[in-house]
Amino acid sequence: MNLFKKKNYIKLPASQPALSKADEPKIPDGSWIKCSHCGKPIYRKELDEYKICPNCGGHFRIGARERLKLTCDLGSFEEFDKDMTAANPIDYPDYDRLIAKAKEKSGLEEGVVTGKCTILGYRTVICVMDSNFIMGSLGSVVGEKIARAFERATAERLPIVVFAASGGARMQEGIISLMQMAKVSAAVAKHSEAGLLYISVMTDPTTGGVTASFASLGDIILAEPGAVIGFAGKRVIEQTMKQELPKGFQTAEFQLEHGFVDKIVKRTKMKSMLGRILMIHSREAGQ
Amino acid sequence: MSGVYERIGIARKVQRPTATEFIEQIFDNFITFHGDRYFADDKSVIGGIATLEGRAVTVIGVQKGHSVKENVKRNFGSPNPEGYRKALRLMKQAEKFKRPVITFVNTPGAFCGIGAEERGEGEAIARSIMEMARLKVPVISIFIGEGGSGGALALAVADEVWMLENGMYAVLSPEGFASILWKDASRAAEASELMKLTAEDLLKLEVIEKIIPEPESGIENDLKFTTDIMKNALIEKLKELCAKSTEELLQGRYDRFRKFGNYIE
Repeated sequence: MNLFKKKNYIKLPASQPALSKADEPKIPDGSWIKCSHCGKPIYRKELDEYKICPNCGGHFRIGARERLKLTCDLGSFEEFDKDMTAANPIDYPDYDRLIAKAKEKSGLEEGVVTGKCTILGYRTVICVMDSNFIMGSLGSVVGEKIARAFERATAERLPIVVFAASGGARMQEGIISLMQMAKVSAAVAKHSEAGLLYISVMTDPTTGGVTASFASLGDIILAEPGAVIGFAGKRVIEQTMKQELPKGFQTAEFQLEHGFVDKIVKRTKMKSMLGRILMIHSREAGQ
Repeated sequence: MSGVYERIGIARKVQRPTATEFIEQIFDNFITFHGDRYFADDKSVIGGIATLEGRAVTVIGVQKGHSVKENVKRNFGSPNPEGYRKALRLMKQAEKFKRPVITFVNTPGAFCGIGAEERGEGEAIARSIMEMARLKVPVISIFIGEGGSGGALALAVADEVWMLENGMYAVLSPEGFASILWKDASRAAEASELMKLTAEDLLKLEVIEKIIPEPESGIENDLKFTTDIMKNALIEKLKELCAKSTEELLQGRYDRFRKFGNYIE
């Protein structure tokens, strides 16, 4: 009759004393980092200037200055509007302090660096956004610098390459931030009507008001592998749909699959790809 | 607690007249058309052709409902990409036949969903913004209720933007704003005070050109009060805009949006 009797297992105390922070294995600060894509530890010296995980090939986010170094021919970059800095259009409390902190964190004056350069010998205007500066959000300065870059490219009859990296509109600038979407898109239209080339490169992350304006308006749209690209935030969609999002949702690969990206290009190949596209659109090739 | 937040309540009121009601009061011969020609007909965006005192026009509006059932059909006024593509199709048609475009905006924002992302909500909005910026016919946009985010801007890149007294227009809903900046959507009332989203604030910021008054008895009780004013203003303004050369019109629209931005050099 003891057939279904429960065996006596060893009883464990209800709760194990948690390991305190001090007991955790320590890694000397900074020499190892964890890959945000595959989770594996990477010896920092293994990461070169491309910042690609040697295990999984995941692309780490990089700053505007690093990106320019990887993209422009050595010594060719000439910066526009270097010192332009934010004012406070809707008198958002403590906005100056937020801006000061962002400058310190990013080493930049604002969320985008613009200028002109050559890429494999081909002249182009270039804009590089930086997610270290308040998530690369689209405020007045970002909008103004990019709009001017397009206007200058139109006036000088140059192509333009824009690396997008942005969480979207800059909330702290309210409606004036939203107006930047129209301002920049109108400048894109003028550049396009002049018959000039615009290459949009979507990097991690390209979302919100930047996706819903100039980043989606390139003649050619490239993306970095694994980059998050979309319009609405994942949390908002989950709340609206009341369901979990499919794996790989809103990635560069998802956008390619759905027809919104021309090509996914690895960071190590980006410069040569841009150079080839610029070459094919150059005057020599056109004649 | 919050004066501004109460007014947002008025803008969102379910009894508030919808785009269709404004259009029927103001225009004659309104014929609605359907579909974006790519995927579907988005019922949150309505549009078609009409006449305004004999002048042919194209009219587009974001449509909400007065009941839950109707609102479900209208997706609570949140367009999917098809809605923007339908609107753009009608605008390009207006350009071909040299008709001015009038848009009625009343949306909490573009729809945030899996399908909307799969079909390129961002691209649809971006395209609409860019094409409106260079549309070769006069465009007037009127905010009759809520105006949220890129989903509202996508139908409001116009020569003039007008707003009803109790309308609003913001970078995001106050709930979303509070949720993003303070991780607390319940602070929406506080956010709304900060955001400069009322008609008066927007007029000062030059985001809109005109405020159209609403009757004291509430617009749902006396729509004609507002539409009479709106109709006369539209007739006058269209006369002025239609007299401009295409070049002058487009440069004016470019400059209108080019001026936005506060920065220090």
